[in-house]
Amino acid sequence: MIEVKNLKKSFGDKTILNDVNLVMETGKSNLIIGSSGSGKTVLLKCIIGLFTPDEGKVVYDGMSMIDASKDEKKELRQQIGMLFQGSALFDSMTVEKNIRFPLDMFTTLTSGEKLKKVNEVLARVNMEGANKKLPSEISGGMKKRVGIARAIVLNPKYLFCDEPNSGLDPQTSLVIDRLIRDITLEYKITTVVVTHDMNSVMEIGDHIFYMYQGRKQWEGSNKEIIRSNDEKLNEFIFASDFLQDAKQMRMMHEEQDKKEPANV
Amino acid sequence: MKFFTKFGQYLLMLKGMFSRPENPKMYWKEFMHQCVEIGIGSLPIVVIISLFLGAVTTVQTAYQLVSPLVPASTIGQIVRDSMILELSPTVVSIVLAGVVGSKIASELGNMRISEQIDALEIMGINTKTYLVLPKILAALLMIPCLITLSAFLGIWGGRTAANMSSIVASDIFDIGLRSNFLPKNVWFALSKAYTFAFIVSSIPAYFGYFVTGGSLEIGRSSTTSVVVSCILILVADYALAALLL
Repeated sequence: MIEVKNLKKSFGDKTILNDVNLVMETGKSNLIIGSSGSGKTVLLKCIIGLFTPDEGKVVYDGMSMIDASKDEKKELRQQIGMLFQGSALFDSMTVEKNIRFPLDMFTTLTSGEKLKKVNEVLARVNMEGANKKLPSEISGGMKKRVGIARAIVLNPKYLFCDEPNSGLDPQTSLVIDRLIRDITLEYKITTVVVTHDMNSVMEIGDHIFYMYQGRKQWEGSNKEIIRSNDEKLNEFIFASDFLQDAKQMRMMHEEQDKKEPANV
Repeated sequence: MKFFTKFGQYLLMLKGMFSRPENPKMYWKEFMHQCVEIGIGSLPIVVIISLFLGAVTTVQTAYQLVSPLVPASTIGQIVRDSMILELSPTVVSIVLAGVVGSKIASELGNMRISEQIDALEIMGINTKTYLVLPKILAALLMIPCLITLSAFLGIWGGRTAANMSSIVASDIFDIGLRSNFLPKNVWFALSKAYTFAFIVSSIPAYFGYFVTGGSLEIGRSSTTSVVVSCILILVADYALAALLL
């Protein structure tokens, strides 16, 4: 479980995060959503320790990231896996070397054991046989999958994904979303996903936090989000007329279903 | 004010490099990789410019020494001291600031922009120790070697040019090479080499490591790092000459 307590962050005079409080539960996909500039990426960077908050705390299963000693922080970071927006694969290394890197750095496994582990995670993300390819030789979706494989190779307790679907077509996005959800359940990890993709919200959003102007505006599940009365959230979700119509149709169908229960 | 902020940031980067490595084997591997990149990677350009520097120095010295009272062997002496004292350390370092410096700045800049540095940080790796320190240590090891090689090649290039263009015969050139040799000059050249190696590696590393923005900014920081390195090399060149000679 990750707890964010009274988090504040400013850059110069501009306040980016203002008194943010969140609880992200283990074994669930926790989604942080919001429009551009709402502070979700800064929030993610504060949670993972890339930015130091001005005030507040980030607590990982009882351990405060900010108050932790250097060694504790290092240990904690080895329990964190992260998928970056641009995948952040090391250009000069092959897929295998990219995934093997954390194993080389932090484990004393033999070469054979490392290769076995690499092949295991590659199979988990459906990328068998891509060992010798360079990041420049694979597609955007494949890069994301390799990024996920690298993130989970050390069996992390926490998985962070920064806009995992950016630049991907809807079909590939769905594959990545389902992969994140399956890994969360399989490894029983705390997953935090920053996104503004409503498909992801509906597909994997066990717990959703909506950020608006640096504050948490709303939180709930993907079942609750569609019925929310929050004006700002509705403005964000139903930004287009098409989605407005889709919402109305969905409501209509649900009311119809209530009136005429389907024959079983 | 901005200068002091940047200078402070540079000093903190240097301080931040000294931490316990997570896995010394991986750091050694990275250090060796950088030695190959900096040393072997720059070898062709160093060989070419050194040979021509020596050759041009010989031809131009001969052109200026018109007095029959000055012996022809003086050309060898002048070429030797020019190469050891100034041309090899300074010119080679300025060239390396372009070759090695821009590579370091753009490599680190690209890693920063594409979040590869963040990825390493999140894994719990001290990126200053893993990415910057091996580059500086490799430069400190390889650049003095390249400069020493350059001095030898420059003198040999000068001797060959003198012989080929019939300016001075090789045996007379060799007399000049051997006369009034001061070993102190070699130590002076090596002091310069170590100082310049540190500048050539640490300045571009700073500009690359702290780059923000996109590909345009990477190019800009790479250019700035080369310009700043070149200026600092020349300032350090004068300071060392004033202090040590």
